[in-house]
Amino acid sequence: MKLIQNVRDKFSSLFGGFGDSEPKRIGIYGPPNSGKSTLANRICKDWTGETLGTEGPVPHETRRAKKRENVTIKHDGKEVTIDIVDTPGVSTEVDDKDFQERGMDEDVAKRRSREATEGIAEAMQWLREDIDGVIYMMDATKDPFMQVNTMLLGIIESHNMPAVVLANKIDLEEADSQRIADAFPQHTTLPLSAKEGDNMDDIYKQIASKFGD
Amino acid sequence: MNDKNNNKNGIRIDLMRESQLAGMGRTEKIRHIIDKVKSGCIVVLESGLSPDDHAMLIEKTMAEIDQEDFTGVDIESYPDDTTKEDRGLLGRVLNRNESKTPSKNLTVIGPANRMETLHKDENQISAILNP
Repeated sequence: MKLIQNVRDKFSSLFGGFGDSEPKRIGIYGPPNSGKSTLANRICKDWTGETLGTEGPVPHETRRAKKRENVTIKHDGKEVTIDIVDTPGVSTEVDDKDFQERGMDEDVAKRRSREATEGIAEAMQWLREDIDGVIYMMDATKDPFMQVNTMLLGIIESHNMPAVVLANKIDLEEADSQRIADAFPQHTTLPLSAKEGDNMDDIYKQIASKFGD
Repeated sequence: MNDKNNNKNGIRIDLMRESQLAGMGRTEKIRHIIDKVKSGCIVVLESGLSPDDHAMLIEKTMAEIDQEDFTGVDIESYPDDTTKEDRGLLGRVLNRNESKTPSKNLTVIGPANRMETLHKDENQISAILNP
C-alpha cells in the first residue's frame, strides 16, 4: 500500500497530480463602484463563512487586490475550486477632488488617490499575468458602453479568458440589465443584486460551468 | 498643466494617421500618446489601439497621475466590430493574435481634467472641453 502511495506521489509531483489541478484564479473586474467587493464578500461568505474585504459607497474603496484561496463552489453536481481575487475598480482617471467633494480633507483625498492609481495598475498587472478567468461586473443603472467596459472586455476576449458578465444592482428601480446584454451579445449576461443576494443561484451555476474543468 | 501645445484661447488637436503609429513599438506608441495628452493635447487616432495597447495605456496613465497637473485620460472609441468570421480563412487558421492587433476604429484620447464630457453615440464621438 505504501509502495502504491509512493508511486502515486512521485507521479503526482512529476505531472501535477492525478486531476488535482491548481485552483484557477478568478478575478472580479469592473469599473469603480460596480459592486465587486460586495459580490466577493457574498461568494466568500456563502462558501467559506468569511468575508474578504470592506465595501463602501465611495469609489475606489478597494485599493489593493485581495485574494481568498480555495473557494469551492458546488451547483447541480458540478464543483469548482477557485481562488477569488477582488480587484480595485479600473478607470482611466483618478482625481482627488472627487474624494474631497465627498467630504474628505485634502491630505486624505490625495493619499486615497495615490493608492487608487497604484491599485488600478496592480489590477491590470494581475489581469495580464496572474488571472485565469474573470467575473466582470457592471452597474446596470449606468451606460454599459462606458469606455472602461469596452477596453477591459476587449482585453479579456483577446486573451481568450473565460468570463462571466454580471449586470449588478438590479434591486434599483433604474437598473436595466437587458441594456448590458444587448451591448455585449458575445457574452451571456446574468442579472444580479450582490447586495440583496438576488439570482446568486444562477451566478453559482454559471461560475461552476464556466470555470470548472 | 504644461500648455506648451496650447495658447490661452485654444487647444491643440492632433489627428494621427495609422502609418504614424505603425512604425512604433507598444511602449513608444503609448509614451508618445501620453506625452501629448499630458501636454494638454487631444489625440485622435485614425486607427484604434489593440487590447494590449489599452492595457498598457491604463497602466502608464496611472503611473503618470500626479494630482496637480494630470489626473488621467478620457478615452472613447468604437468597439472593433470585425467578427472572427470576417478575418478570413488564413487569419482564423493562423489564430492571429488579436491582443496585438489594433482595431480599425477611430479613437479619441484627451486629458481628463480638460474634458468636460467625452461622449459617443452610434455615429459620432463628441468632446466638450472646459473653458
